[in-house]
Amino acid sequence: MSEAVTPPVEHAHPGPAEYIKVAVFLAVVTGIEVGIYYLKGARSVLAPALILLSIVKFSMVGLYFMHLKFDTHLFRRVFILGIVLALIVYAVALVTLLNYH
Amino acid sequence: MAVETEAHAEEHATSLGIDNRKLAIWAFLGSECMFFGALIATYLLFHTHLNNGPGPRDVYNIPFTSVSSFVLLMSSLTMVLALAAIQKGDERGLRVWLLATAFLGMTFISGQVYEFTEFFKEGLTLKTSPFGSAFFMLTGFHGAHVTIGILMLLSLFQLSRMGKVPPSDSLKVELVGLYWHFVDVVWIVIFTVVYLIPAAKK
Repeated sequence: MSEAVTPPVEHAHPGPAEYIKVAVFLAVVTGIEVGIYYLKGARSVLAPALILLSIVKFSMVGLYFMHLKFDTHLFRRVFILGIVLALIVYAVALVTLLNYH
Repeated sequence: MAVETEAHAEEHATSLGIDNRKLAIWAFLGSECMFFGALIATYLLFHTHLNNGPGPRDVYNIPFTSVSSFVLLMSSLTMVLALAAIQKGDERGLRVWLLATAFLGMTFISGQVYEFTEFFKEGLTLKTSPFGSAFFMLTGFHGAHVTIGILMLLSLFQLSRMGKVPPSDSLKVELVGLYWHFVDVVWIVIFTVVYLIPAAKK
């Protein structure tokens, strides 16, 4: 007996104007990253600030240019699963090497 | 023609109601996260092991790499404009933006070749230290991915010239685009984790 499958919900992709706005935002964030790198007095907050900005850029490209915001959530889950597994790989390698040393 | 397109779409449909080619590329990109995750983890663990060779602060040229990063970031814009063009039925626009994306990708790769050459001159090679090995493996594999992306873009350009990328089959462009944006997001991580943070450490 076959069950009816509801097609996944997908929304229309943005247009060129929205893409250009996102690109300008990404360019500005990149400029801020480089600016923070050259700030002499910001050494203590440098790594967290750069990682935060990197996550913002990563998310914007993923959500808008790769259409994760508009496509079915299944794609987002598959991609996030890969990222989570990658973080686990790093954690395992770190713990293993720290114990080794 | 419309019947042929519908039959083509049905051929690739899954029981989830999603085109299996799109699902496959996302599964592939998920696996690529693990691949680059392993390389980035290796770099993070070994970037302080210098074996008396040069370290990140000695060799990195942050202004140069910042420009390269900007170039790759903008190539994501041109890629998505190529997709927007074909979705509107503008095949000429598609070809223009595909070429622009390939050109920006080639600019990025040229910059990487120049950077590697400078590092070799400064005494950093694959064999110099664990830092050198981890750095060249990570950025080298990323460069290889960009190069494959450029070949895909040029192939798509040629297919479009032959009339084999009609607006009804814009998914071809979307799939190549997803791969291209992925190499961009990987570089976003590399730029921060591999270049900016280690180079800023005293």
